[in-house]
Amino acid sequence: MLSTQDKKRVLREMVLARRFEERCYQAYMERKIGGFLHLYPGQEACAIGVMEAARPGFDYVITGYRDHVHAIKCGSDPKAVMAELYGKETGCSKGRGGSMHIFDVANRFMGGYALVGGPFPLAAGMAKAIQMKGGDEIAICFLGDSANNQGTFHETMNMAALWNLPVLFICENNLYGIGTALHRSTAVTDQYKRVCSYGIESDQCDGQDIDVVFEHAKKAVEHVRSRKGPYFLELMTYRFRGHSMSDSRGYRTREEEEQWKERDPINILRDRLIAEGGYTQAEFEAMEKEIDAYIENEVIRFAEESPEPRVEELTRYVLAD
Amino acid sequence: MAEMMYWEAIRRAHDEEMARDPLVICMGEDIGVAGGTYKATKGLYEKYGPLRVMDTPISENGYTGLGIGASFLGVKPIIELMSVNFAWLAMDQMFNSAAKVRYMSGGQLEAPCVFRSAGGTAHQLGAQHSARMEKVFMGVAGLRVVTPSNPKQAYGLLKSAVRSPDPVFINEHELMYNMKGEVPDEEYFHPLEGSEVTRSGTDVTLFGYNISVHWCLKAAEILAKQYNISAEVVDLYALAPLDREGIKKAVAKTHKAVVVEEDEAPCGVGSEVMAIINEECFWELDAPPVRVHAALVPTPFNHTLEKASIPNHEDVVKAVLKLFGKA
Repeated sequence: MLSTQDKKRVLREMVLARRFEERCYQAYMERKIGGFLHLYPGQEACAIGVMEAARPGFDYVITGYRDHVHAIKCGSDPKAVMAELYGKETGCSKGRGGSMHIFDVANRFMGGYALVGGPFPLAAGMAKAIQMKGGDEIAICFLGDSANNQGTFHETMNMAALWNLPVLFICENNLYGIGTALHRSTAVTDQYKRVCSYGIESDQCDGQDIDVVFEHAKKAVEHVRSRKGPYFLELMTYRFRGHSMSDSRGYRTREEEEQWKERDPINILRDRLIAEGGYTQAEFEAMEKEIDAYIENEVIRFAEESPEPRVEELTRYVLAD
Repeated sequence: MAEMMYWEAIRRAHDEEMARDPLVICMGEDIGVAGGTYKATKGLYEKYGPLRVMDTPISENGYTGLGIGASFLGVKPIIELMSVNFAWLAMDQMFNSAAKVRYMSGGQLEAPCVFRSAGGTAHQLGAQHSARMEKVFMGVAGLRVVTPSNPKQAYGLLKSAVRSPDPVFINEHELMYNMKGEVPDEEYFHPLEGSEVTRSGTDVTLFGYNISVHWCLKAAEILAKQYNISAEVVDLYALAPLDREGIKKAVAKTHKAVVVEEDEAPCGVGSEVMAIINEECFWELDAPPVRVHAALVPTPFNHTLEKASIPNHEDVVKAVLKLFGKA
């Protein structure tokens, strides 16, 4: 169980994640950020809860294109992530990657990838390397529900089970693949059931309550770390915003959105802390203000003041220097 | 110098690299217990065991991606794709992951993988087992492409590819695995860039790679004996990056060029070499350069049709004679 102190810390991390993403939204509307932008509000308890149960900066993490918060939880400096979204040389991928390709190898955040389902075999491959080298690390692959309809899902589950690879698959099931509802694209909507045919242990739980996520993730991480084989954990969640910025959300109702907002992961944890005593709404609001000031004065300022990459270095990093 | 077959040279390179570095592994369909479709990994399973010589499921994109992921953490996988036709299925991982990861991570991450695959037409294998696809690979930023025309290159290019920090695609040929040739007894690393003058000549330059080098050599022999034409043969063993300087130098010497490929013409090696000649050597040319290439058809099964779809040394001779106004 998370201690009260831990809960206060992860609440802060979730608020930072939320405010960071909301500030990205604003910067995108101001055309400071270009390209595609996939935001995380609503799903914070997933990445933060799972990594709370794992070892950020030690375990190897890989994910799809909704990747900012995963990187920050692994240890990336929010300033470097924001600078990347601005396409600056000081960005964590030196402005060459962008929102969908955040990389921070020093913190073992092995990247965001934009091909849905692409990271599955890469994660299994990292697990293969861990297996060969004999370390205590595990590989963790965060992807959405719709990635499971790619061939790479099935090919990877088979190989991960066959070779007993230390890889943890986290399915953040937010009920939509871009703009198509899960039940309209997927024959079996309970994703955790789909790995049973490969003999992979799996589970499903609420992805909005970070205490629930943490408990399930702890079991999953222990399973993989003790080399009992791969594990698949499905977290039931919801993205409050659209798939990307170009999404008008015409495929779902405002009522459904409001219902899910009742289960905002930040409010769930905040209310619990207040109910348990020793925490107040005033403290929460002060923290929000402090975080907003940090994002504005440090994160955004850093991104805006950082230099662009030099055109002379256009072809650097295509091949090794 | 010992004489060995193309497959033996590849096997030797695997063996030496795996003996040197415990993080070198190989993976692919039937490469372990079965010893490899073309014997390129024969005996390695017995020597290095199943964790390093991995018989994979028939899941090309999946196991290729798995090898790439392992390479992120310092493993050096030699990934065999049994046929280049199956490599289509793995192109997503090769192109989207391996070739781009260094760039899109701003130089933080690299995928030092080796992809080996048998291309080319063999004997009546039909449309889905006869493709030549080097033209697709050579147009992808971040990927090196080499294609050995003899056992020495097959050995030395694989050795260099394993040591390269970049992903390397090695395009082999189904009909060449039993070809014999001299391979140095000592360790040898063939450069991953450049080209080689395989036969010296003064009247015309024949550019070939992989199997078409042999058509060029045979054609050069006929041209010398029967037509008194001295042809130089240049082996473009590196297709990406192409040896722009080497091409320039070769054309400047003879002022006439023929580009020979087993692949179909559109957007291919021939098109690219012709473009380089146009950009670099236009004023050196005595005649318009000529391409020799396959017909643009899915490779037919029927033997006669198959043969008609693929060029050979006679086509090279004809092209040269045409260039000289003798046909």
